[in-house]
Amino acid sequence: MPLVELRNVSKIYHLGGEEIRALDDVSLDIDSGEFISIIGPSGSGKSTLMHILGCLDSPTHGTIQLDGTMIHNASARELAGIRNRKIGFVFQFFNLLPRLNVMQNVELPMIYSGVSSRERREHAMASLKMVGLENRSKHRPMQLSGGQQQRVAIARALVNSPRIVFADEPTGNLDSRTGEAILELFRQLSTEGRTIALVTHDPEIAAVTPRRIEIRDGKIAQKVDPKLAGLDRQPTEHAMQNGEPSS
Amino acid sequence: MNLINAILVGFKEIWTHKFRSLLTMLGIILGVSSLVAMSALVKGMENGMKDALVAIGGLEKVRVEEQDIPAAQRHLADQAAGLTINDVYAIHRSAPLIKIATPEMRLGRFVTVTHAGKTPDWANVIGTWPQALEMNQHVVEHGRMFTEIDDELARNVCVIGTGIRDQLFGPPEKTGQENVVGEEIQINGQPFRIVGQFTRYESEMDRKLRELEKDQPKETGGVQRRRGWGSGRGNNSWVYNMKNNSIYMPLNTMWIKFKSAGTGTNTVPDPRLNGLSIKVADIDKLEPALQQVRNVMMHTHHGIEDFSFQTQENWSEGITQAIRNQRMSGGFISAISLLVGGIGIMNIMLASITERIREIGIRKAIGATYADVFIQILVESVVIALVGGVAGLFASFGTVRLLMIMSPTENTPVITFSAMILAFIFSALVGVLAGLIPAFKAAKLDPIQALRYE
Repeated sequence: MPLVELRNVSKIYHLGGEEIRALDDVSLDIDSGEFISIIGPSGSGKSTLMHILGCLDSPTHGTIQLDGTMIHNASARELAGIRNRKIGFVFQFFNLLPRLNVMQNVELPMIYSGVSSRERREHAMASLKMVGLENRSKHRPMQLSGGQQQRVAIARALVNSPRIVFADEPTGNLDSRTGEAILELFRQLSTEGRTIALVTHDPEIAAVTPRRIEIRDGKIAQKVDPKLAGLDRQPTEHAMQNGEPSS
Repeated sequence: MNLINAILVGFKEIWTHKFRSLLTMLGIILGVSSLVAMSALVKGMENGMKDALVAIGGLEKVRVEEQDIPAAQRHLADQAAGLTINDVYAIHRSAPLIKIATPEMRLGRFVTVTHAGKTPDWANVIGTWPQALEMNQHVVEHGRMFTEIDDELARNVCVIGTGIRDQLFGPPEKTGQENVVGEEIQINGQPFRIVGQFTRYESEMDRKLRELEKDQPKETGGVQRRRGWGSGRGNNSWVYNMKNNSIYMPLNTMWIKFKSAGTGTNTVPDPRLNGLSIKVADIDKLEPALQQVRNVMMHTHHGIEDFSFQTQENWSEGITQAIRNQRMSGGFISAISLLVGGIGIMNIMLASITERIREIGIRKAIGATYADVFIQILVESVVIALVGGVAGLFASFGTVRLLMIMSPTENTPVITFSAMILAFIFSALVGVLAGLIPAFKAAKLDPIQALRYE
């Protein structure tokens, strides 16, 4: 079973009576350990796709399975729990809390999963070692360079050992050299067996990943996985179990 | 996120915005300290009022006085004996709910007490038993109370209050003579030996005023003069004046020396008492005790009801009522200032979450639930209120001290533990109420929108 299984997912917004299909009947599988990029111009729906995959948002139609759980109709509380334990986020603007030091920032996800403070410290330290910032643990984010801040954000994303990490334009706010280094870090993490999805508009960045999913006008423009073509037209087992209408 | 973490985050938040938090807390600090100080003032006032009630003998003391015979028994008027010593004996024998009963004979308004040509404005001359000491809450400071032997032999001895001493001998501040035991005074022309002297009875206010004047003597200008009664401060100073201006002598002395008809040969002195006082053993049994005394006295008075009871219940209820009113008005003012403090907290919490929308988005993205965010904001609000509350408790000690400096002669305010607990609980409550709306607003933020917020 793939780690992530999207079937006929749509996201429809209503803006002043006008219907906007941010995602239009998207089906997609991501296997455990894959290193993929979701690429598309701004407004293509790639962010919406990431939000839905990342359990920040729920689809209007369709079914999603993540790590054996159906999440398309999960409650906000369940989604928060899934985000906490199974998903890591890395953002363009790092999104570290400026008043906490590096260690506390990395510990933050574990606070919400109720890990004891000693364990938190150990895990956070291990995570910081992974990104090579173990000797910066007492610094404030503002005292670090952009690249270092992004590394802290990656350490935070990894600290709860998530099943999948989403990185939303992780190099967008960095100079090209630092950006290279961050991409290299992702590649390295990928070789360690982690599932990583880069979201970007830049084909050059997307080029580092073995698999690319291109989104255009809310649809997947280029299917890398030919087996999905067959699944596309008929309802899946999961969809039927969940009483979804067949498309 | 557990509670300890939320509390730590709350403290961190306060520490980050020290000045802003302090200003916010100021409302709570003022509210709590005014609540505690108000209740301390009221408590002090209550103590002052209750002291006066105790000084007059307490709620347990009931006076039995003569009363006009009811109209239905008017034809039996010549059978009425009036209050006599027999009533006292009968009560002692047959009314077990009464702890003590003492007879009282008074000299009328026209008594003249003199010493070396000086006469007091007014003297409360009473003939009674030695037990009157306990009955009327008197304390002998110098000498002794007259004894039963003095009473048996009808000796010309008396015990006087400090008011009488001041008027007959001059106040000790001027004469240097505090103790006048052993001196002789004239009461209606008869010589009496002073065997004892009561302590000075005064309210706390008067005592403070006196001490204040001792430290800073008042400039007395113009012709020396008495300034008259009514100078006493507070509503209850008459109680103390009355006690200070008493002269106590044995009942028999009073009866034989002052109550004889005066002319004629075979005269028996008038045996009637002016009144008698009874003390109930248990204040909860006031009603049955009075019934008992009434039964006994109806017997000794041959069924003629020429007496009535006078208790201090009205006074006591008056105190309760006055205290309740004070509490209400004080509590109302404090409640308003706490409310204003709460509004301040709500305001600052709303500003704070607007500042931290992005932070809330981040927290939600990494797994904070609705409840986590709600509790975090609520706890921050409660922490501000509680820190303010604790600071207010400390400030209340300062406030009370300030009040004492501003009016040093008032009753000492008493800070009660229960008032502090109450104020603390109220500040917590204000924190919760003020935090609800901001917490709700923060918790229902959409993480995607919040993350995009600039």
